[in-house]
Amino acid sequence: MELASIWDCQAGATLCTLGPLSLPSFSLPMKFFSPLWTAALLALAGTLPAAEPIKVGEIASLTGKEAAFGQSSHKGTVLAVEQLNAAGGVLGRPLQLLSEDNQSKAGESATVARKLLSREKVVALLGEVASSRSLEMAPIAQRAKIPMISPSSTNPKVTEVGDYVFRVCFIDPFQGTVMAKFAKETLKARRVAVLTSVSSAYSVGLAKYFKERFLADGGEIALEQKFAEGDKDFKAQLTAIRAAGVDAIFVPGYYTEAALITRQARELGLTLPLFGGDGWEAPQLIEIGGKAVEGTYYSTHYSPEDTAPAVQAFVAAFRARWNGETPDAMAALGYDSALVLADAIKRAGGTEGPALRDALAATKGFAGVTGATNIDAGRNASKSAVIVTIKDGQFKFVQSVAP
Amino acid sequence: MTEFLQQLVNGLSLGAIYALIALGYTMVYGVLRFINFAHSDVFMVGAFAGLYLAPLAPAGSILGGLLVVIGAMLAAGLLGVTIERLAYRPLRGAPTLNVLITAIGVSCLLQSAGQLVFGAAPRSFPVIFPARALSVGGLDFSSNQVVVLVVAISLVVGLRLIVFRTRMGAALRAVSQNPRAARLMGIDNDVVIRFTFALGSALAGAGGVLYAVNYPSIDPLMGVLPGLKAFVAAILGGIGSIPGAALGGLLLGLVETFVGGSQYSTYKDAIAFALLILFLLFRPAGLLGKTRVEKV
Repeated sequence: MELASIWDCQAGATLCTLGPLSLPSFSLPMKFFSPLWTAALLALAGTLPAAEPIKVGEIASLTGKEAAFGQSSHKGTVLAVEQLNAAGGVLGRPLQLLSEDNQSKAGESATVARKLLSREKVVALLGEVASSRSLEMAPIAQRAKIPMISPSSTNPKVTEVGDYVFRVCFIDPFQGTVMAKFAKETLKARRVAVLTSVSSAYSVGLAKYFKERFLADGGEIALEQKFAEGDKDFKAQLTAIRAAGVDAIFVPGYYTEAALITRQARELGLTLPLFGGDGWEAPQLIEIGGKAVEGTYYSTHYSPEDTAPAVQAFVAAFRARWNGETPDAMAALGYDSALVLADAIKRAGGTEGPALRDALAATKGFAGVTGATNIDAGRNASKSAVIVTIKDGQFKFVQSVAP
Repeated sequence: MTEFLQQLVNGLSLGAIYALIALGYTMVYGVLRFINFAHSDVFMVGAFAGLYLAPLAPAGSILGGLLVVIGAMLAAGLLGVTIERLAYRPLRGAPTLNVLITAIGVSCLLQSAGQLVFGAAPRSFPVIFPARALSVGGLDFSSNQVVVLVVAISLVVGLRLIVFRTRMGAALRAVSQNPRAARLMGIDNDVVIRFTFALGSALAGAGGVLYAVNYPSIDPLMGVLPGLKAFVAAILGGIGSIPGAALGGLLLGLVETFVGGSQYSTYKDAIAFALLILFLLFRPAGLLGKTRVEKV
């Protein structure tokens, strides 16, 4: 409420409700609103088709350290919105996507979320990929009672913020379990070292769930080393890990760090397998990591090698739209997040926050490209995980793990 | 024991890069008595100059790699001279605080301009030196680490020769001791200052390329953290002292590495900086700095 009142006095905002007239948003003198003018505008609005666009906000790390995530997710979302609009929009109205970049910086997501909610009056927020940044947006969406859908933040705390916060991906307790089982059964690892980023909610959470499950299964965590956001030298931690004599290293981090860590591990003569979570999913992992990332593993949400017709249709459409680029998991989840929102708007029959929230919460069996989306009581989706490896400079599907 | 020696190697190669950046801070301070905060961004520009020059040189050869380093040094040196001419010279004689704030402004300008020109997303740095994994008596390191150490040591030795064996070096020391007296002896202070910026920035440029060779992911904000650490290294070594900066850089690299490899890796930076504060409490002038007596 306090957010809305700030902009109520703005001339542009009141005028926009009259029809699809693009009026400048700078404030006009009050004389402009003489009865004559208003009547003329109303008459004009009456003659045009009443298809006011539905404004949807999107927040992504389009630049900065995790730019690959934001770009992928953004491209998926744009494709979904374009396809929906080509098919006649939602409830007869086109969707208008307003994208904001948070430069992968802490603090920026909250600022742009406020801007989208108060200035643009979006009906829902899509974003972010990184859990730390989703956690910044979530309280703002919750307070404004505007639903937020995170496409791919996996830390459980994100949706715990409140009943307006949703996600269309699995959560880290599941991902941690999958990787713990994989380490034990496929990698045959008994002693594992964990290398965690202390400044990322995602990394700390995933490390915790992995350790819990791996210990419960009779494994041993030989040691846990830490690093911080922006670190580029990991040799100190890796040397300690080398001295501890482990079978494998679990790196729950993002792709830039994962690539540098793997490279430096190989330089230290460590030939053991390294593995991580969906934070590794980006072409930059191979670009920066080079030969060093061969034979590493990570869990993610989907594989473009999936032969399901829905997936193949999405891959083809994505390649056609974005210069032959193959969509990764962040692109697929960005795509699904927009489709799940459109589906909820249809079922809610409008864009009012509470009604839209209820419709989102009632999402059951929605077929997307990352599998069926069922929103549970915790506003999370439970979906299968996919394990991917890197072979000959390419991502290769290994196995799929059902929840 | 192997672990200790391995950490020693890790720490030295990290510290060598800090040392190269720290030299620029200390040289400018020695002559002009202010901290050039734009220095860490000259380091970044050096890395990007290396990125753009790399395709022009033969890839993966020592000669090609050295050519890229020299090219980046020239580019960074030129940038340093330009910054001095446009931003600092008009403020000559103004209070140090004004110059300091200008330096912070130049730093922000370079970071934002870098994001516009180079793009804000991290770029991967190509292989410019022959890359090989070496193993000697249980110690593992990459050939890049050796290159970094050798290049850094040669540059520091070269710098020492310039400062102590050339006429320009003598002029530099004279201006550093007393600018007014130096001018009375017929030394053109502006020329000396320009030379200092060219030399310090060229070292930062070399540091940028060497850093990128070891950690091949570069972005326009990459200078911030190493710049801060090098600044601390310069203070630790005694600001204004050239061997002090080199020693401070190596020491900081070692402390960081040994704490990072211990069970307290969470508090790596906190412990490294706490140790420095403690050290400076007992030796405020730094390792090799001279305590200056202010005459009233």
